[in-house]
Amino acid sequence: MSLAQVLFYTMSFIALASAVFVAATKNLVRSIFMFFITLFALAGLYVLALADFVAITQIVIYVGGILVLILFAFMLSGKETLNVIAQQRSQFISVGKLPAFALAALFLVVLVNMIFKADVNNLQWVKDAIDQKNTISPNDAMTENIGINLMTKYLLPFEAISILLMVALVGAAHLSRKGTGS
Amino acid sequence: MIGLTDFLIVSAVLFCIGLYMIVSKHNAIQILIGIELMLNAAILNLVAFGKYDRVNNSGQLFALFAIVLAAATTAVALAIILNVYRQYKTIDPGEINKLGD
Repeated sequence: MSLAQVLFYTMSFIALASAVFVAATKNLVRSIFMFFITLFALAGLYVLALADFVAITQIVIYVGGILVLILFAFMLSGKETLNVIAQQRSQFISVGKLPAFALAALFLVVLVNMIFKADVNNLQWVKDAIDQKNTISPNDAMTENIGINLMTKYLLPFEAISILLMVALVGAAHLSRKGTGS
Repeated sequence: MIGLTDFLIVSAVLFCIGLYMIVSKHNAIQILIGIELMLNAAILNLVAFGKYDRVNNSGQLFALFAIVLAAATTAVALAIILNVYRQYKTIDPGEINKLGD
């Protein structure tokens, strides 16, 4: 078992365990902070999939931006959310969660079945890529290539997403401005 | 190296945890976290397959696009959640059953 595999299994265990904790815990603040750990472990998994630039972007945008936003929203919406948590805590055995759990578990069974049936390691285009040496090796620095592709082949999605980001920011600022009616 | 199947299984489990959170939670912020988990599962798949595309980098590029989309989604969703809280004094999606004014 190589070092990469050991790291992969450790990282995926940390990611999955903290995700389960996020889903299971009753304490909302604790679940948000455990979500940090999930995101960091996922960034580690991206590094192991040889996508270092995506991993750094994940850390910058998710951990630096989205989680701080979520924490802000939690702090601003304060007391009532804590009341919801108290109601959940009083109810010890959660029969109401059983359908959700069954749905998720059955969906997982279907997905895992699909993955094993699809046999992704032997897909035709994956084999072609390996034959043509079109795979990323651990020594490559891919960031330059990503930048060139972003400005040439994928210029249209790039511009579209920049317009969408601006629209979303304007919309968020419009929605959260003070003194809207009533 | 690590096979593709391992990545796919990890992302499938993450996706199902996100699905469970979306269906079962009574708090809009936790539902949002569930959506983020599902998005991250999708991004993990993109990145794992992107290893086999060295020339075009399509997997990694669309993973970047998905991350940016997730950021935009979260900003708008949190603004909506704050508005809803101001109007209803709760963020339980099950109790929000009236239109504004």
